[in-house]
Amino acid sequence: MTEAEGSFDRVRVIKSSRPFSLRLGELWQYRELLYFLVWRDVKVRYKQTVLGAAWAVIQPVTAMIIFSIIFGRFANIPSNGLPYPVFVYAGLLAWLYFQQSLTQSSASIVGNAQLVTKVYFPRLVIPLASVASPVVDFGIALTVLLALMAWYGIVPGIELLAAPAFLALALLVAFGIGLWLSALNVRYRDVPYALPFVAQVWLFATPVIYPTSLLPADWRWLLSLNPMTGVIEGFRWSLLGTGKPSVVVVLVSLGSGLALLASGFAYFRTSERQFADVI
Amino acid sequence: MTNAIEARDVAKRYVLGSQRAAYDTLREDVMRLARRLVTRRPEGRRQRGEVWALDGVSFAVRSGEVVGLIGANGAGKTTMLRLLSQITEPTLGEIRLRGRVGSLLEVGTGFHPELTGRENVYLNGAILGMRRAETARKFDEIVEFAGVERFIDTPVKRYSSGMYVRLAFSVAAHLEPEILLVDEVLAVGDAEFQKRCLAKIEGIGGSGRTVVFVSHSMPTILRLCERALLLDAGKLVADGEPSMVVGAYLGGEHGSMSARSWRDDTAPGDDSVRLRSVRIVNRTGATADTVDMRDEVGVEVSFEVLDRRVPMTPMLALYTERGEHAFNALDPSLSWENPLDAGSYVTTAWIPGNLLNEGRYIVSAFLNTIGPGRLERKAVAQEAVAFYVVNRGDGISAKGLLVQQWGGAVAPLLAWETSRRDEPAHVG
Repeated sequence: MTEAEGSFDRVRVIKSSRPFSLRLGELWQYRELLYFLVWRDVKVRYKQTVLGAAWAVIQPVTAMIIFSIIFGRFANIPSNGLPYPVFVYAGLLAWLYFQQSLTQSSASIVGNAQLVTKVYFPRLVIPLASVASPVVDFGIALTVLLALMAWYGIVPGIELLAAPAFLALALLVAFGIGLWLSALNVRYRDVPYALPFVAQVWLFATPVIYPTSLLPADWRWLLSLNPMTGVIEGFRWSLLGTGKPSVVVVLVSLGSGLALLASGFAYFRTSERQFADVI
Repeated sequence: MTNAIEARDVAKRYVLGSQRAAYDTLREDVMRLARRLVTRRPEGRRQRGEVWALDGVSFAVRSGEVVGLIGANGAGKTTMLRLLSQITEPTLGEIRLRGRVGSLLEVGTGFHPELTGRENVYLNGAILGMRRAETARKFDEIVEFAGVERFIDTPVKRYSSGMYVRLAFSVAAHLEPEILLVDEVLAVGDAEFQKRCLAKIEGIGGSGRTVVFVSHSMPTILRLCERALLLDAGKLVADGEPSMVVGAYLGGEHGSMSARSWRDDTAPGDDSVRLRSVRIVNRTGATADTVDMRDEVGVEVSFEVLDRRVPMTPMLALYTERGEHAFNALDPSLSWENPLDAGSYVTTAWIPGNLLNEGRYIVSAFLNTIGPGRLERKAVAQEAVAFYVVNRGDGISAKGLLVQQWGGAVAPLLAWETSRRDEPAHVG
């Protein structure tokens, strides 16, 4: 036996009134499963498509072109002094990561019903894997942004160092909501119907196609209750160097993101006990 | 010796409605909540529409013990395994597990058809709780055991179902948990592979690891397990020596009925003759549920002749559990051509040892009158009794010492004569 954990002496108690616990150590033990699930998702996604990874680019580029024509050209929405295509693409990049994560994570537990009913492992790994795997698409689509920036002659500054932090915030928010939705979807299959609609509304409630500066200063904090506001603004600023979000916006977004994560975690942990029975 | 598994008063409730509907919609839950607010029905009381799949089950399994879990369908075996493997949790009671648990409730869990054999081995290994390094170390062994070396880089969707199952079982069989939970996954693959699977499980049991094994195959339970637990309708009804527990199962109302009797007018028959009882007996004359395949087994038929004018002859038909008609038999002796006096009779037909195959046989008994050139059935007891034939694997039978399943309605031990036809070659 190669198990370094020395699990032989550990006693596992299974009962219904188990105290609520984070059990993060267990999650760490299953880190390789997380890796394999992400790897499976990515591999399978591109294995049977003709265009493969190109899909990760086609979607945001198409959206960018449409938005640039409608909002940049016709509606003349301001864009922090940047060319509108770059402005909207940077926002879309983070937004599409978020949206893809929600779509995948909300369906993740039900989609892996076969695993959930046959093998034990920390169920958290499933939604976590499905918010992690879209990072690959995000990375591919990012290359187009770099090309656009080069085309328009935009050189990122020292702010670039903050970009990973905002990506991490996006992941955190997506994971928090993903926990809610994946667990809710086990019980209520309404989720896949509601999600596209909610995501669409949410897109317009987030400064993706417009800058926060479009709103009166007194109301901006309200927008930042939406945690994606901090993500989009921050991400755009860190790459393009203009439209710096206020510390308040970032902190409020971080706070509401953490609240979503904590509540999602609690809801998931309490409902995961019934997954195998209900699914 | 420490206990690897301790279950205390374990109970599991399923609510039928939610199980059948598989999932609720938000609307239904809102409605239910509204109703509950209005009617204030107390929760937690036992209600209609709920099923206790397990009801107050307690047992302990010592480390290194190989335990068989048996019972009819719906007795709670699978629920017990699901609880032990932490897939779901008990409604009441608790389970303590000491050691790393590996469960094999299904072969090929998490296999993805688009991925290659190699990729699936790693993925499946991770799902079953193996470290990547561990899988890498055992990789060659896994592939060799499955016999799919040539196709290991082919997507498994192109595999034959046999190859798929062999690879899947092979990954699981190389798991090295301290506690292994196995559902009836051995009933896969061809006979040759099943034999290897059984040997593998036997090896795991022999290596000091704890195994809990669910099976419907009594011969397998008798061969592999040191101890057996019998579940019936969610309750633990027997615990001990496998032969004793298997006997209890087969004799119980959910097993075969190896003896049956009738009183009065409900008995099969008519005004001329009535069947009174049919039972399976062993050589000592005792009622037997289970017989060794090497031993002879008797079918004892009691009947009452009411009208002496009609000549009667008893007849048997044996069927396998799969419904194959194994054979018919009647006594060809001439004495049956003479009518019997009114009164009670008993006749026993002896089926020789080394004729029946392993498994369950169902016996129908008849009383016929012999008309001119044909039989007329006077009393019919279809599927009157049943019994199990087991192979303890320690002696001579038609399949020798082989352990795999052996096809055929019967497995007679034949007399083989072998001689050499050509002249022996001269040596030197």
